[in-house]
Amino acid sequence: MSGAARTAWTRKDLIGIEDLSRAEIELILNTAPQFVAVSARESGIKKVPLLQGRLVVNWFYEPSTRTRTSFELAAKRLSADTLGITASASSMVKGESLHDTLANIEAMHSDIVVIRHSYAGAPHILAQRHPSHIINAGDGCHEHPTQALLDAFTMREHFRKVRNEPRAELDGVRVAIIGDVANSRVARSNIWCLTKLGAKVTLCGPSTLMPPFIEKMGVEVSRDLREAIRDADVIYALRIQLERQKSCLFPSLREYIRLFRIDNESLRLAPKHALIMHPGPINRDIELAAEVADSARSVILRQVTNGVAVRMAIMHLLVNSGRMMPAAASQERGA
Amino acid sequence: MGSGKKAPEQAKVVMDAESMAAAIRRIGFEIVEANPDVGSLALMGILRRGRPLADRLADHVAAIRGSRPRVGSLATTLYRDDLRAGIGCVKPRLGETHFDFNVDGLTVVLVDDVLAAGRTIRAAMDEVMDYGRPARIQLACLVDRGGRELPIQPDYLGEAITARRDEYVSVRFVETDGEDAVILGPKGEEHDAGSI
Amino acid sequence: MSLVIKNGHVIDPASGLSAKKDVLIEDSKIARIGHRLNGDDVIDAKGCVVCPGLVDIHVHFREPGYESKETIASGSRAAAHGGFTSVVPMPNTNPPIDNAGMVEFVIRRARETACIRIWPSACATKERAGKEMTEMAELRDVGAVAVTDDGSDIASSWVARHVLEYAAMCGLTYLAHCEDASLVEGGAMNEGFISTKLGLPGMPKAMEEIMIGRNLRLAALTGAKIHIQHVTSAEGIEIIRRAKARGVRVTCETAPHYWTLTDEAVTTFSTNAKMNPPLREAEDVAAVRAAIADGTIDCIATDHAPHTVTEKDVEFQIAPFGVIGLETSLALAITGLVEPGVVPLERAIALMTSAPASILNLPVGTLREGGPADVTVIDPKAEWTVDPERFASLSRNTPFAGSKLRGLVKATICDGRVVFSL
Repeated sequence: MSGAARTAWTRKDLIGIEDLSRAEIELILNTAPQFVAVSARESGIKKVPLLQGRLVVNWFYEPSTRTRTSFELAAKRLSADTLGITASASSMVKGESLHDTLANIEAMHSDIVVIRHSYAGAPHILAQRHPSHIINAGDGCHEHPTQALLDAFTMREHFRKVRNEPRAELDGVRVAIIGDVANSRVARSNIWCLTKLGAKVTLCGPSTLMPPFIEKMGVEVSRDLREAIRDADVIYALRIQLERQKSCLFPSLREYIRLFRIDNESLRLAPKHALIMHPGPINRDIELAAEVADSARSVILRQVTNGVAVRMAIMHLLVNSGRMMPAAASQERGA
Repeated sequence: MGSGKKAPEQAKVVMDAESMAAAIRRIGFEIVEANPDVGSLALMGILRRGRPLADRLADHVAAIRGSRPRVGSLATTLYRDDLRAGIGCVKPRLGETHFDFNVDGLTVVLVDDVLAAGRTIRAAMDEVMDYGRPARIQLACLVDRGGRELPIQPDYLGEAITARRDEYVSVRFVETDGEDAVILGPKGEEHDAGSI
Repeated sequence: MSLVIKNGHVIDPASGLSAKKDVLIEDSKIARIGHRLNGDDVIDAKGCVVCPGLVDIHVHFREPGYESKETIASGSRAAAHGGFTSVVPMPNTNPPIDNAGMVEFVIRRARETACIRIWPSACATKERAGKEMTEMAELRDVGAVAVTDDGSDIASSWVARHVLEYAAMCGLTYLAHCEDASLVEGGAMNEGFISTKLGLPGMPKAMEEIMIGRNLRLAALTGAKIHIQHVTSAEGIEIIRRAKARGVRVTCETAPHYWTLTDEAVTTFSTNAKMNPPLREAEDVAAVRAAIADGTIDCIATDHAPHTVTEKDVEFQIAPFGVIGLETSLALAITGLVEPGVVPLERAIALMTSAPASILNLPVGTLREGGPADVTVIDPKAEWTVDPERFASLSRNTPFAGSKLRGLVKATICDGRVVFSL
């Protein structure tokens, strides 16, 4: 068994990738395959009792069908009870504070709280002061750790299969991330995850949407799409939010499409084997052409399937790792 | 002793390669006697060392009946009962559950090297039944070391070995450990593989 | 009834005095500074520094309108705890101090409830809207000591120019909060690598520097007296330095957090690291210290900005800007400037007494026989740990909770009365 398998999970929460070690990331990626198998059971029940009797609360301030259902399915496949709270239904609208809402959730004896929030840092505040295991499902533009983990898992799964190397890792793999990096928590988490796993990351997008000093995160920045994808093993397209055009960050969708869209035309300069990925939901024909999204080299649907397995792995590790049981965790953290 | 760890001082061999082979051969005959229809038989080895045992038993069945039964592996890690109680914690994985047949209507023989508390077997039963509905489930063990915590008994047994609570019983197979032997020794010196 | 402070080391920067002396106070005046003086009450200042009561020309006392954060009464107590005997509260209250009646309100409330001297400032434009000037002459006549729209800048250069000219005519200094608001939409912290990592919208240093430049050009154009508030960036300091060299009538201040902390303090998402202008980077902290040492920065002012615990206990992006500072400023000056040798103790005291007083022509900030008995006694060596729960302020929003600092106020005397003693 490799050294990574001997790593134990010791954290109470999963807030971001920035603080995780390579060994911790690999522990999650190596725990996930057994859950891929659970979801793939043809004739059997797609469930295991690992979180039986536990309560997982999905607390989503921003609407998100894809991520929310993925977390819900992951919890249910672990036999947990789930509770979904969305912002419009919650007391936040009435002016109840983050803490009050969470305290109410905990009065229900939650074990895990999955939180998606429009403001960076919200999961940190909760993790510090509350005993439940907190999973960050996206905080502002800061991090979206489970997305990066399922992306890395998907890349690794693909390369192991295609190269017939069951132990291959992502060292040296070239990933090009294209689009609105400034406003993307997915980009930030992916940068941390991929660089820690030894991959080479290049970013490309309008300079008005490229955060300053991002090279210090260990990436290269290219201003030209064709140059960025020329040697790419993975091309990762980010969603462009149409409202950005109104705040004078780029002149028009037309120009964005001409310069940065991933379509058959721009892909002519990319390697034939390059994988196409997207965190979803896709603005079809804007950042990604429909025919590319549906093509054989797109693993976008695989990302979705793997998302459930990776989230199952994370919940299992958080709850069942023996250390940092909720009651002890609150004493250790203190006020 | 063969390759691998040096046997600790006070540990002793309680079954050598010859007695193991004899016991395994006998179990093979007993399985065939109870289940003449090899086509509806499936031997599921409980990882890690249940699998090489299941493979050997399958070879014996094939030698006797002329056709080899299905063989699969069960990891049981996703069905442990100690995690829920907050007692145990996630340990390094021993491998993954793997089999390529449908268990509905089959006679599934769970195969494990050492039977102790019985919790692993209960987890194995829970797992198998989440995959389908076997016609019946039976249990084959090479060694029963006692210390039962659940009402579970083997249908096919190699040898009963009395061991104190502070002793371990461990089975070594050529396929996994480089030699065939059953060792009895004081706890604390060797990782007590897979017997919860 | 007389009070004598004996055996202390008296530092009075205005006169250059730095020696062991006794100070005798009678009838709320300093009667004598000399040797072997006696009085009815005695404060033994052995091992301590005795200096003029400290002066802070930039605080927010939130009354009227935001009394849960602070009142004139509680703010004055916090000031006394920090060794201050004179403060200038900012006029961004609710309603704002933009007319004579409101100035008189502040003066009356100070008389009724404050234990130290309150010198009110007034808005430069009505409602701080940046469009119409206030009646500055009348405001001055009823007691305002300066005009400012602090909290925001005056966006229109036309208005700003005329405000400066008119304030100069009235003999009032314009206190300039320099900020180009259009550059910082939604910004919550310094724009730099940390803001990129955290995904928080940034406030680039240019936001201050552009307006420091603009405001100084207008000051040069009009000959007005301008005081630049809360300076944080190396480039901003450089612009001020050059303007001074060219003869512009400019002074400037900085706050203790700008010589102590960088934007790294935000990585925990603690809202006590959120203020405007924001914490900058290491090179700026170094430039602030260098500017204090070379005199480009004229005085220290805390920008004491209270907010309730509930208001600050929200997500970083929506938390209000501001940190308190009256009760930690002196210790941060001793720990952060004097101990590392940036300035000697006498200069640090000057930055908090004679210098701010002289910027606004306040008749305080010095110890002289016959002058007002505003005196502070300090133990410059005492070590203490900052515990916000023990603050006299109604608010707790300090970035220094748990910090070990050196320099403790032993007693604060204002107008001959002991308003704080340990």
